[in-house]
Amino acid sequence: MTTETALSKANPLFYLKVSWGFLRKYPVLPLVILVVLVIAAIIGPTVAPYERDIGDVRARHNPPGTVDIKFPTKAKGGFDLTSIDISAGTTFTTSYELPTDNRMFDINQNGFLQDEIGWNEESPNTPDILFKTVTQDGDLVIFEIIANEDIIEGGNDVIFLDLQVIRIDTKVLDFWPDGYHFMGNDHVGRDVFSRLLHGAQISMMVVGISLVAGMSIGVTLGLIAGYTAQRYEPNIGFNITYKGKKKRISILSPWLIDELITRFVDIWYALPFLMVALVVTLIFGRGLTVLMGVLALIAWSGFVRVIRAQTLIIRELDFVASAKINGATTFRILYRHIFPGVLNTAVVVATLNTSSLILAESVLSFVGAGIQPPTPAWGVMTNEGRDYLAIAPHQVMVPGGAIFFVVLALNFLGDWLRDRLDPRLRQVD
Amino acid sequence: MLRFLIGRFFSSFLSIIGATLAVFTLTNFHNDPRLLFVPDSGNGITQEQWDKLGERLGMNDPFHVRYTKWIGRTLRGDLGISLARQMAVTDILKAKIPATLELALGGWAFAILLGIPTGVVAAVYRGTFWDYLARGAALVGQAAPPFVTGLILIYIFNQWITINGAPLLPAGGRNPDFNYKDYILPCVALGWGAAAALMRLTRSSMLEILDSEYIRLARAKGVGFGTVIFKHALRNALIAPVTSALLIFSGWLNGALVVEIIFSWPGIGYDALYRAVNDNDFPLLLGTVFVFILIYLIFATLADIAYTIIDPRVRLN
Repeated sequence: MTTETALSKANPLFYLKVSWGFLRKYPVLPLVILVVLVIAAIIGPTVAPYERDIGDVRARHNPPGTVDIKFPTKAKGGFDLTSIDISAGTTFTTSYELPTDNRMFDINQNGFLQDEIGWNEESPNTPDILFKTVTQDGDLVIFEIIANEDIIEGGNDVIFLDLQVIRIDTKVLDFWPDGYHFMGNDHVGRDVFSRLLHGAQISMMVVGISLVAGMSIGVTLGLIAGYTAQRYEPNIGFNITYKGKKKRISILSPWLIDELITRFVDIWYALPFLMVALVVTLIFGRGLTVLMGVLALIAWSGFVRVIRAQTLIIRELDFVASAKINGATTFRILYRHIFPGVLNTAVVVATLNTSSLILAESVLSFVGAGIQPPTPAWGVMTNEGRDYLAIAPHQVMVPGGAIFFVVLALNFLGDWLRDRLDPRLRQVD
Repeated sequence: MLRFLIGRFFSSFLSIIGATLAVFTLTNFHNDPRLLFVPDSGNGITQEQWDKLGERLGMNDPFHVRYTKWIGRTLRGDLGISLARQMAVTDILKAKIPATLELALGGWAFAILLGIPTGVVAAVYRGTFWDYLARGAALVGQAAPPFVTGLILIYIFNQWITINGAPLLPAGGRNPDFNYKDYILPCVALGWGAAAALMRLTRSSMLEILDSEYIRLARAKGVGFGTVIFKHALRNALIAPVTSALLIFSGWLNGALVVEIIFSWPGIGYDALYRAVNDNDFPLLLGTVFVFILIYLIFATLADIAYTIIDPRVRLN
């Protein structure tokens, strides 16, 4: 039988155990993910290495870790070095197919077509120009162009290059070489990493604003509903006599307000959010403001019930009664005396709701009712990449994985906050 | 019971009126459906044609008359004619509902068959490897959006794993002649998140029950482990999961639309709702909203009735 004994500090396992305990007690990893996300959302677009909406068609579908090959005319492209056995002195021929697809040219009109024209005029066939690229193993390959040839083949402009490898530096990948595409390129050659950073900012902004809006509405309605619940007087109404009995018919009474709010929340719960979102989008058009409105519409109802239940408890406490005796107005009681008591709960619900809002935002952008391309929301990026799942799965995996990890981190953090701030919301775990 | 059903019927009726009235008002005040009939040639149509169209679509009536007419026709089972497709909305929905229903039922079966047993196992073997495995899988299931789950499934089972060059499972489409392979990936993609939610729910309510006095008493009396788990604990622990499992159906339009888009599934979410929104086709939109709310309300009522059957302490009133 083994007994668990305390490890001494001399034992290296001690620190492992302490840090494991720390990791289990505090949501360190989720916090790291979220801090990275927030930093990315704030400074991402300024530090993004490439243009957001302009890509190079020749680099399209390049897998993560590709390095552009620099040509004198700034034209870019990628080589597939996997099929070639590379060693110093190897000569090999590679070719490009310049796309003649109209759509591609349309997208890349801004400054990209000039590059291609310049490519033919200014031949890079000068031996002192070096090219570098990185193999999948992380080796840096330096080579030069021996000859190049431009051939029109069946309507396609194909460029053949004879390259000679000068040097291979094993495992000396620059931390961030010039023209390095950390997460590859998408279907029109845009840098996925840069778009991810831009997308982080847009998604965080949309989710943050709609969460605050939804929270304000939800908490206000929850406070009102909780405060008015089960209060049958005073009411506005009239007395009637029916079968000799006096009865009071109330037209406006506090409990009616609560009834209306809770009923409405019940109905709202019943509606599938995507349907609401699509209908709202149909009516008000697609756009960032509408999307935020839709998300706020989704977010608010989650607060009402919880805040209402909390308010019902707090309003019976003595300090509320004494505030009332001292002549505090209803607004003051709600705002100064009850609101601070429900704030913790509101924060917990907000954290738990953020992840579902991020999911909702990505789903809406995915089906085309949210952020519109070419603006790179993560849902949009996933949707654009889905046609190329077979040839370039990273276009789906990178933004999809980003959504996944952020939501996972938020779920963890929300559970932790709930246990810390408001254990009553907790189920058995 | 009868009183409950009557009350539920009236409140359902109010919900339907409220929701359809909201959609009706919003669509009517914002968009003129006649714009859909203006040809793209740029020549427009004459005022006469415009007025004629309005007459045909019943646009000249005042708002409340139009709404009442719509309600009346709906009660007679006529949801109007789709503007964009010139077909009866009822026919469109009738043609699309089976596909969605099959998808939903498949996903539902998957969610229940995966979620509830794993929840029970995780609760009974709390703190062991199996518990952590199940909870980890549930976290993954809840954090992955349905489209990411779907696309990853396609990548793994359609692109990655192949048998003699042919993909293991088809990546979508619903063949007219039944093939069970068509259903596997869409149903798993749809059911995955729900399975995670069900698993967590089953686990937490099972833990609560296993901790209670009567279970300990039963064990102390010498009742067998299996009997206690399945007869005493599970029956009580299933209340929350069963209710939630029935209510999952309502939330499934969300998932179903996305799954239908990814797997090109000819269902009501994509082919009716999504295209109605894109085509500005308000009869179809109204009809779809109506059908969805109807489905939700039916399942909500069923959930309440199932409640009383599973837990006789609950009375409907």
